[in-house]
Amino acid sequence: MLTKRIIPCLDVKDGRVVKGVQFLNLRDAGDPVELGKRYSDEGADELVFLDITATIRSRKTIVGLVERVAENVFIPFTVGGGIHTIEQIDELLRSGAEKVSINTAAVQNTDIITKAAERFGNQCIVLAIDARRSKVKKGHWQVCVKAGTEPTDIDVVQWAVKGEQLGAGEILLTSMDADGTQAGYDNELNRAVSDAVNIPLIASGGAGRLEHLHDAIVKGGADAVLMASITHFETISIRQMKEYLAKRQIPMNL
Amino acid sequence: MIVVIDYNVGNVRSVCKAFRYLGCEVQLSSRPDEIEAAEGLVLPGVAAFGYAVGVLGSLAELIKELALAGKPLLGICVGHQLLFEKSCEHGEHAGLGLVKGDVVRLPAGRVIPHMGWNKVVIREDMDLFAGLGSEKHFYFAHSYYSDVKDGGTKIAYTDYGFELPASVQKDNIYGAQFHPEKSGNTGLQVLRNFVSVCEKGKR
Repeated sequence: MLTKRIIPCLDVKDGRVVKGVQFLNLRDAGDPVELGKRYSDEGADELVFLDITATIRSRKTIVGLVERVAENVFIPFTVGGGIHTIEQIDELLRSGAEKVSINTAAVQNTDIITKAAERFGNQCIVLAIDARRSKVKKGHWQVCVKAGTEPTDIDVVQWAVKGEQLGAGEILLTSMDADGTQAGYDNELNRAVSDAVNIPLIASGGAGRLEHLHDAIVKGGADAVLMASITHFETISIRQMKEYLAKRQIPMNL
Repeated sequence: MIVVIDYNVGNVRSVCKAFRYLGCEVQLSSRPDEIEAAEGLVLPGVAAFGYAVGVLGSLAELIKELALAGKPLLGICVGHQLLFEKSCEHGEHAGLGLVKGDVVRLPAGRVIPHMGWNKVVIREDMDLFAGLGSEKHFYFAHSYYSDVKDGGTKIAYTDYGFELPASVQKDNIYGAQFHPEKSGNTGLQVLRNFVSVCEKGKR
């Protein structure tokens, strides 16, 4: 049986892992390669590295980082942040990333998802969506781009469905409202998306306690749970997460 | 020396890095002379099947010839799928035809791609799994799978709502639908076992 995945997320800025609250007030959380290796040793199923600056200079740094991670870490990892071209995707995959996540570029030009999926296969194209609860339409979420700074009129659930049709192999769904709060995932959002698509859903934003992970999987329908604050600042170990979930009949690779 | 076939698809370097991590001599190459001189060949692959066949081009015949002559060959993910006769991913494409069977889309009624760690029931008589016990988790990421129709092939399965072939072995030809290079220590053991197969061939 396919297991549910625990995925620590490493937001990278100027070569360091950082973590904020609702995308702001960043704190330093360590060296990306060291932290990635530690999580892999502790039993993480996968890693996500997000270049949160996504400038021309930082892109070069991230390729170097991917190379170094790939020399030390033998579990899959996804790289995202500022990816706009097939050439960038090719470079990152060739450097050792298993998958790339695409956010703003997909909204601006849906073609990139299809083209990338045709060339590299759907399984390595992750559609990342930053979702914010709509203040006008109850029970709806709007897609935000450019690291969450720019709201659009696009409905999150509709965008997820379209992403699947375009060829995305997975959805990384971040609740901007819950991000960094450690108050729990937005499972209404997760459920709305997991019911609407047939590709795996990675729930992100809000993990603070063990039961949050369980809720995201059971109530939200997530195939994988992503977290940052609780692992970086060592509140809960990955082992603890897996044992907790396995005891509650969630299939885990322990 | 193990040669990882370089044919311009993703993840070729991670396979090399895993072999290097194991202290094994490995070279990434698309040169026919180097491929011929190798003790073992690895055909990696993160790509769509049709694209992979296209960029492999004339190397396909060489790899097939060498494998049929007894050189150990390990196909990983799409490389595993390339061992079969044909695939229906984005149109119909012929594979190497080293193992009988077709590559078809995962049946509906489940989340596709099959993405993440799944438990493989290990067959002790398959070289790649030496020393790994009775079952282990490996990392999978694929939407198509090999429907094996080859009586002479050993198959290890994983459960994804049906018996999904996770690995095959036919004489000196090995395939892994999962990614050993991304399956932590268990995956590294699989690669180490392939190296042992190649070393035996040398003696």
